Amino acid sequence: MAVDADSSFFQWVVYILQHYWPLFLRGAEVTLIISLTGTIIGFAIGILIGVIRTIPMDQNTHPLKRILFKIINFLLLCYIEVFRGTPMIVQAMVIFYGVAMIWGIHLSTFAAGIFIVSINTGAYMAEIVRGGIISIDKGQFEAAHAIGMTHSQTMSNIVLPQAIRNILPALSNEFVINIKDTSVLNVIGVTELFFQSKSAAGNNYRYFEVFLITCLVYLIMTFTVTRILRYWEKRLDGPSVYTIHGSQTVPEAEIKIVGRE
Amino acid sequence: METIIEIRHLQKFFGKNEVLKDINFSVSRGEVVCIIGASGSGKSTLLRCLNLLELPTSGEILYHGQNILEQNISNAVYRAKMGMVFQQFNLFNNLSVLENCTVGQIKVLKRSAEESRKTAMEYLELVGMAQFINARPHQISGGQKQRVAIARALSMEPEALLFDEPTSALDPEMVGEVLKVMKNLARSGLTMLVVTHEMAFARDVAHRVVFMDGGVIVEDDTPDVIFDHPNNERTRVFLKRILDD
Ligand SMILES: Nc1ncnc2c1ncn2[C@@H]1O[C@H](COP(=O)(O)OP(=O)(O)O)[C@@H](O)[C@H]1O
Ligand SMILES: [Mg+2]
Repeated sequence: MAVDADSSFFQWVVYILQHYWPLFLRGAEVTLIISLTGTIIGFAIGILIGVIRTIPMDQNTHPLKRILFKIINFLLLCYIEVFRGTPMIVQAMVIFYGVAMIWGIHLSTFAAGIFIVSINTGAYMAEIVRGGIISIDKGQFEAAHAIGMTHSQTMSNIVLPQAIRNILPALSNEFVINIKDTSVLNVIGVTELFFQSKSAAGNNYRYFEVFLITCLVYLIMTFTVTRILRYWEKRLDGPSVYTIHGSQTVPEAEIKIVGRE
Repeated sequence: METIIEIRHLQKFFGKNEVLKDINFSVSRGEVVCIIGASGSGKSTLLRCLNLLELPTSGEILYHGQNILEQNISNAVYRAKMGMVFQQFNLFNNLSVLENCTVGQIKVLKRSAEESRKTAMEYLELVGMAQFINARPHQISGGQKQRVAIARALSMEPEALLFDEPTSALDPEMVGEVLKVMKNLARSGLTMLVVTHEMAFARDVAHRVVFMDGGVIVEDDTPDVIFDHPNNERTRVFLKRILDD
């Protein structure tokens, strides 16, 4: 189908879809990969920092250890404040060009994109994870300590699994935000969806039609991801039904009990 | 009889508030000691010091003659020997009933999964909760939770079991099932230290009753003496108030 300046809006949309769908697809792919990888790495950073920042210190802790802890804590706080207090688009510029200038390392735009999204997400997740850990009932820590678990055993077996379950919605949210916010990476030339849309639009001077399609692609991605993650969260809660093993008369009997709550 | 724990001149401050003042007492193997006293008298703090959930400000806690407040015995090892049952149950919410009873054995005692399961089943059987191994804590009643908490503590095969008002958070109809389990444990020769307001239980199963008031042990004697002819006026007043309502 040929189009010109007199073609209708609809004709242009069809034309663009026909000619540029591989571009949209590649852009969407890059967007998804960067935001997914960035969210996962950011989550890992967040857990690490959240766990470090909640290490208990008391009067019995060695003074040197306490000072070291204070220093690390201060540095982590700086990281969190800086990355939460500045726009990602500016962080992208500073990091991409800074790394090249200061260390002479020329990151690929793709690697730089993942790096930026990761540490940005890490700064947000660090506080979310810390909040998740703090909000776990003190009784869970005490019961674990009472049976002789160390702090790290308590964390990995009892507290973190519960904290992580509680912050999954925030993690999903962060992922969705990242899908949208990776669009700022176009300033350093990452070929994500927004970047690809810009070139498609520039080729034809059809900004409205192209970006309407772009809009739709973003919407499909965020909507799908939200649904999938919600389904996954539900599954993680396990069955609301448990099985009673054996009964007084028939040892093999299994009785299903619908849980409370 | 062999002394398991001996407390000498134990003192605990919360800020400027002296909550435990020069506490001295000991527990022998197989003894059941009930601690009674008004709310705020320091009963929980004493129990929590015994399990190192609170660090005493000064004094000694001798475990088989060894002071555990000096760092030559690891806190974790010692705690594994002192089981604790909490008023609020504190079952691990992310684990099933069975896993609640095996996780400590596997992680702390380094037992195999199979052995842990066997031990856990034995104690879950004892408290009548073996049928519920797959249930999650939020799916069972308060009385059932507390029985699982007891099985969890027993699965560690501790030298002594500390109970902090184990029935105070329960609906009245569930108190009986938990007390029955505890009575059986007491009769089986388990060393128990029980903070409780259940005076009938204390009179029935305790070898000794300790009355605390204002952070001090006012009286420490047999149930007969404490309940029938206490030596101290404060004990008399407390019991009169409790038993009258
Ligand atoms: N973590 C704490 N910080 C400050 N004060 C506390 C703390 N725990 C208990 N206390 C205080 O210590 C006193 C004794 O408390 P507790 O041992 O819980 O008494 P009981 O168990 O006999 O009711 C109370 O005055 C209480 O307010
Ligand atoms: Mg108390």
